[in-house]
Amino acid sequence: MARPRLGVFKLASCDGCQLTLLDCEDELLAVAGAVDIANFPEASRRIEPGPYDVALVEGSVTTPHDAERIQQIRAESRLLITIGACATAGGIQALRNLADVDTYVAQVYATPAYISTLATSTAIADHVKVDFELRGCPIDKGQLLELLTALLFGRQPTLPNHSVCLDCKLAGNVCVVVAHGTPCLGPVTHAGCGALCPGYTRGCFGCYGPSRGSNPTAQSDLLARQVPDESTIRRLWQGFTTADPVFAEQASRFTGGDGE
Amino acid sequence: MSRYRLDPHDLDRLLERLQEGGRVLIGPRLRDGAIVLDRIRSTADLPRGLTTVTAPGRQHLLDRADDALFGYEVGPDAAKRWLHPPRVELWRARKDEGGELFFEGTDEPPKYAFIGLRACDLAAIGIQDAVFLRPGITDPTYAARRADVRIVAVQCGASAATCFCASMGTGPRVDRGADLTLTEVLDGEPHFVVEVGSEEGEALIEGLPVKPVASTAPEEAAARAAAHQERQMPGDVRASLLNALESPAWDDVAARCLACGNCTLVCPTCFCTTVEDTTTLAGDAVHARRWDTCFDQGFTDLHGHAVREGVAQRYRQWLTHKLSTWHDQFDTSGCVGCGRCITWCPAGIDLVEEARRIGGSG
Repeated sequence: MARPRLGVFKLASCDGCQLTLLDCEDELLAVAGAVDIANFPEASRRIEPGPYDVALVEGSVTTPHDAERIQQIRAESRLLITIGACATAGGIQALRNLADVDTYVAQVYATPAYISTLATSTAIADHVKVDFELRGCPIDKGQLLELLTALLFGRQPTLPNHSVCLDCKLAGNVCVVVAHGTPCLGPVTHAGCGALCPGYTRGCFGCYGPSRGSNPTAQSDLLARQVPDESTIRRLWQGFTTADPVFAEQASRFTGGDGE
Repeated sequence: MSRYRLDPHDLDRLLERLQEGGRVLIGPRLRDGAIVLDRIRSTADLPRGLTTVTAPGRQHLLDRADDALFGYEVGPDAAKRWLHPPRVELWRARKDEGGELFFEGTDEPPKYAFIGLRACDLAAIGIQDAVFLRPGITDPTYAARRADVRIVAVQCGASAATCFCASMGTGPRVDRGADLTLTEVLDGEPHFVVEVGSEEGEALIEGLPVKPVASTAPEEAAARAAAHQERQMPGDVRASLLNALESPAWDDVAARCLACGNCTLVCPTCFCTTVEDTTTLAGDAVHARRWDTCFDQGFTDLHGHAVREGVAQRYRQWLTHKLSTWHDQFDTSGCVGCGRCITWCPAGIDLVEEARRIGGSG
């Protein structure tokens, strides 16, 4: 088997998702042996030019430069895989989409004229064709290994898109909604984290974005029964995947509460 | 059935007996604010002096005024978690350097003993037996775990607000399926009345400090528990749901249903699984089976397309299978009236009420 050439790229993001690759620890040497890591600045100064067989892209498009770069990455890559909530949904920085970015720039930077930014933070799929998405903030190490292994062996990856609730029950977690009345987005959130937060008796905050075929409207109705303050519910939907259309639609139902 | 009296401080002797020969003992224990079933070793692991307050979509714990060890109703777990595990590797395959394939089976499962199962749990095991141990189509994973289990049941003396076993004919009296049945008596001097239900049960208490006793405590406890039950499954539900397949009432429940599948996962009889094939980086193939749910849209994919795209269709599939067509398949209802699907539905959807409303029963 020829070793596929791998490139790891970053747009607007925190680096946490590409670090997941380095976090593979026990499997890292096996991964490094199975693929030719041609471009991964976080791991090596040796940067080889494209084309690449597989591009892992982290981060969202927030600047004109990002928007140009993603076209270049797409043109150089046979398979383009987005990793993490920034790349797949615009990330937490997509909160800017709900506000006036010029006001933010003026508040944060001493010399706003130096800042070249777009008004929105958008997912990679809004700009180029994406072949596969790995969700999460950050992505799950096991899911990344499964995806890379599936690519190496030419099979479909086993990365189910059911809700977090199924993974909670597989793990034997106690349901935080039923036992504690905790607001939890697990019923409508894409699995993959192994139900990490509910496993620590915290509600799921939806960082994997929507699961397939779930009922976000019923989830909002449930949240409205649990939480009196509309702004709390709105913020729950407006987290790491705030720009996801499914979550954004639910957030738009809750206009009341503080800050209005 | 012979009856004996067992003092609470001798219960550990029984728990030790259950674990003889390396048997893994599964019983109730407190975890994260709920009473789950998990591995226990002694009575110190049992929840003491706790009771459950239960409603649709809600179960929390309160302190009792006494030291009861079994003074609560069923939590989210059932014996299914061990007899039909959430995920089990069925086989692994590897290729040697010459390209020849080698298959390996899975390890031998441990032998299990259960304590604290209720009448509904025993009925559920009976239903899973009917599903997995059919002559000629036995499931080896289930059969290996089910064979040679020991079950010490507990007679309920109260019911949760979501219980309806009396109307399903599965409880609250424990009358079959247990090697021993304990009734916890808290009035006067606390003690257990032990009923022997099998030869294995007789062997379990042989030599233990028990005394024969004439007691009607088990019947009294069951009568109290039955008197608490307000929910009743309509007697005509099997036919009434099948007559309502096109009813608009399915859309009403679908508007509230999260399609999360929690009901099926806590159900002690739901058995649906999917099979997942993965490979390791070294090239070993792993063929594993895990719980799945008919509420997941992807579960209904055929040829890459969901045949039950909407939540109403998935809810209808579940309810009609559970309460109607299960009879055609396995000669029994798929429901034991334990109420777990009502309690552990985050949205608090009530199976009995929906069956009544959709089926048009009074």
